[in-house]
Parts: sequence; C-alpha cells; structure tokens
Amino acid sequence: MKMPTNDLESAPVESLPLTRPPVPLFSLRPLAGILLRQVYLYRRSIPRWMEIFYWPLLDLLVWGFLTLYLRQGVLPGTTAAQALLGGLLLWDMLYRSQQGISVVFLEEIWSRNLYNLMVAPVTPYHIIAGAMMTGILKITLSSGTAILLAYLLFSYSLFSLGLSLIPFVLCLVIMGWALGIMTTALILRFGQEAEVLAWGVIFLFQPVSAVFNPVSVLPEGFRQIAFFVPASHIFEGMRQVLSGRGFSWLQLGWALVFDLLYVAGSLFLFSRVLKRARKVGFSLKLGS
Amino acid sequence: MSDGHVLVARQLTKRFSPDQPPAVDGISLEVSRGEVLSIVGPNGAGKSTLLQMLLGILTPDSGTVRIFGVDIIRHRRRVAHLVNYASTDLSLPYSLSVRENLEVFALVYNLPQPGQAVREMMERFSLEPLAKTKVGRLSTGQIARLSLAKALISRPEILFLDEPTATLDPEASAEVRQLLLEQVRKEQLGLVYTSHNMREVERLSDRILLIESGKSVACGTRDALYGLFDCDNLEAVFIRSVNQARQDRRRDENADK
Repeated sequence: MKMPTNDLESAPVESLPLTRPPVPLFSLRPLAGILLRQVYLYRRSIPRWMEIFYWPLLDLLVWGFLTLYLRQGVLPGTTAAQALLGGLLLWDMLYRSQQGISVVFLEEIWSRNLYNLMVAPVTPYHIIAGAMMTGILKITLSSGTAILLAYLLFSYSLFSLGLSLIPFVLCLVIMGWALGIMTTALILRFGQEAEVLAWGVIFLFQPVSAVFNPVSVLPEGFRQIAFFVPASHIFEGMRQVLSGRGFSWLQLGWALVFDLLYVAGSLFLFSRVLKRARKVGFSLKLGS
Repeated sequence: MSDGHVLVARQLTKRFSPDQPPAVDGISLEVSRGEVLSIVGPNGAGKSTLLQMLLGILTPDSGTVRIFGVDIIRHRRRVAHLVNYASTDLSLPYSLSVRENLEVFALVYNLPQPGQAVREMMERFSLEPLAKTKVGRLSTGQIARLSLAKALISRPEILFLDEPTATLDPEASAEVRQLLLEQVRKEQLGLVYTSHNMREVERLSDRILLIESGKSVACGTRDALYGLFDCDNLEAVFIRSVNQARQDRRRDENADK
C-alpha cells in the first residue's frame, strides 16, 4: 500500500509571527519562581530548617571545645596529636556504621524498590541485618585504608591502643547501628524529606562524644549529657590508654550499657514506625 | 486450599481518617487458581488500598484476607513466598543490571536454584540481550518486562499487578498482556489486576470487580456485567456503574438529612 506523502514539503513555507515575545533572559519572574519553589519546600520542612542552623552550631561546638582542650595543654604534644588522629579514625568508624544502615534503606527508597522488599518473604529486620553486614565490610575497607594511610603519612598506628582497640571499635559500631536504625525509622515515618538525618544525625552526638577533647572541658550541661552517650566513654577510654593510665573497664562497661539501651530504644522506635505504617499504609513513592 | 480458592477476602474495611468515608468499605472477593480478577474503578476508588490489604502490608480495620487458608494480615511470612507483586509506581535498583536484579530477588525469595530461575525468566521475557544493561538505561517497556520477570521468578501462586501497562505504548501493552495470559494459563496462578484500560481488562479478565468510593458496585464475568448494566462494552459499563453508584450514594445522603 502506498503511504500518503506530504505534498506541502516542497511548497513555500510562510510561518505565522510569534504570538507572544520570548521570556527575557534577565526577567525576574522565572527567578522568583525558582525561589518560590525553595520557599515552599522550606516552609513545610522542619528537617530542612534544622539543617540551616545545625552545621554551623555543631562545628562551633566541636572546634570550640577542642580549642579549650588545647589551651589547657594537659597532654604532651605527641600524645595530644595521637589522641586527635585516633579520635578521628575511631569517629569515622562510628559514622560509617550509622551510615551503613541508613543509606541501605535510602538506596531502596531512591530506586523505588522498598515496596518490592516489603511484599517479599523478608522482614525489615532482615534488611537491617543485611545492612549491618554490609556496614562491617565497608568499615573494614574504609577504616583499613585510613589506618594504613595514617601510619604511612603520619607515622601514627591506631594499633598503639593495643587489644583495647577491639572493644572500643565494637562499642562504636554498635552505637552506629543503633543510630542508623533510629534514623531509618524516622525516614520511614517522615519520608524522604527526613533523609538529611541520615547524613547529619551522627554529628549531633559529636560535641558530646568527647571525640577530640576530654569530657572535663565540656560545660556542666554537656558533661551530663555526655555521660549518656556511649561514644564519650570510648573516647575517654582511648585517651586514658594513650596517656599510659591503662585500660578502663568502667568506661567500657558504661559504653556497653548505653549501647544496649540505644539498640533497644532504636528497635522499639523502628517497630512502632512499622506498626504505624501497616495501619496508615506505606507510601509507594516516598518522595519530597 | 480454603474454599477451593487461592485467595479469599471477606468484608475488608479501611478508614484512614475518622471524618472521612472509608477508603475501602466491606469488600469481599475470591480468586481461584488460573483465574484473572480485574479490579476496576475511578481514581481514588480504593483499588491501591484494597491491594495493599490483600498483600498483607496494610492492616484492615475489619475483615479478613486468607491466602491458602492462612490469614495474611497476621501470618504474612507463612504465605509471602506464594505471593508476588508489580506496579508501575515501583522500579528496581537502577544501578544494578537486569541479571543482577533478578539474582537478588531469586535469593530474597529463597529459591533453591537461583541461577536456573534467573535464566528461565530472562529467556521467557526475552531479557537475555539486556542481561548486562543497568535498569537505569532500560526503556519503560523493558522495565515493565523486567518487573514481570521479577514478579514471576518466585513462581507465585497468586500475583498482584497494579496497572502494569499504564506507561506502555499499545504494542508493548499487547506484548505484556500476552506474556501474562501465557503465565496464568501455564502456571495456573491466580492474578489480581488493576487497570484503567477497559479494553485490556475485557481481554484479560475472567471476572471483573467494579468498585466506587471504596464499595463494591458489581462483580462478575464481562458478559454478566454487560447484561447487568445493559451495555455492550466495558467502558460503557464503567461509566454507567460509577454514575449509578454516585447517584445512589447522593440519594442515600439526602435521605439521611
């Protein structure tokens, strides 16, 4: 069958003039539209507002407390430098551990795959367990590399902490898991809008974790909060080992007690969120 | 099997807000082996809410869902391996290839021979040339085929599909429809299906459940519905049944006043 052809192709073409002029390049209204989109976004989002004030405040606290500590000059220079590098390496393990869990859930949300898993014969606890195992592998790789580089570049060996390194790392990883589960629960509860928590929630604990400075330099209120943070006991323990005062079983004991409480609390929160989701429904799209 | 059906739901009701009417209001249905039940209704009629309850991931306020006699709301894990689901609203991890995605789900569903199951699905859905292609690079039609492969890899006894052809062109829709029918007839699986494409529903369904404002308006074979609403096509049945249901509801509301 012969297909109909367009006879107009060879005919002279006379176009109509533009019915309206193009949008000027420097027109303010489109710019206002982009701005308005952000205003609407922030108007309804507490997590986004928190983010505006969150980072400057936390940075100020962490570096301010460190400055107070350095001004005291309690530890000799070498030990202070070791404490800083050791703190940094151990902090990174805590951070990776928390991220390991949160990011696994976020990746499923981003790829719109979470629902596929929810209907499969696995429970959300399977996903958490899988995320924990992935997290351990990631920590091994990233921290292994960082520890090696610290040794090669700065002649600092984290293994100078000796066998105490094992329980220290274990406690930090458990705290990271607890915070990861809690963050995931909040993301499932509030949707993708709360994903900033996955990257930021751990830093809320940094000023009261005594990562780079002892608890003693913190103001009274912060000191009291720090007692309930497992990481603060670990970093205090680390400094105690580095300063040659030996291993503190008491600090490890407190860290383990609070770790268990954190894990129990986060699992409770997670189960409540799941129960609520079964009552009100899972969002298939989970987007902002 | 309970009552000779793979799926039996009774008097399902779900209300999300006390000052709103129920999203699903007293719907009952059943599906036999090898049967296609289509759920049809206007946007917001409660189809997705109903599917979520049938899948056991949304708790109804009242009513029961039994799959092979097991209450899926209370004991989802006992029958979750017999159920699968696909929807246009879902995707699969973009950064994984077609083969990798199927391998993941073969393991998630605890299949005894995951490698063989993946090969079978790739062959059945003509996905071999795309085996190494990442999902993010697939066309909408290819993603629909992959989603079906994922949904069927576990050899489900009952499959739930939420508008699986909504984003497809007519040719790809016909292909997916053909694949689905082959699977239903070959594997004798029960299929619960939602769609806004009335011609597709006519071609695919053994029975059709019409719902409006969360309530069942009618349920039966295509010909039974034609007779009931005095129409000769499903689109006309849809419009007439929905209008009739809305008129009935308004009349009831006025009578209450």
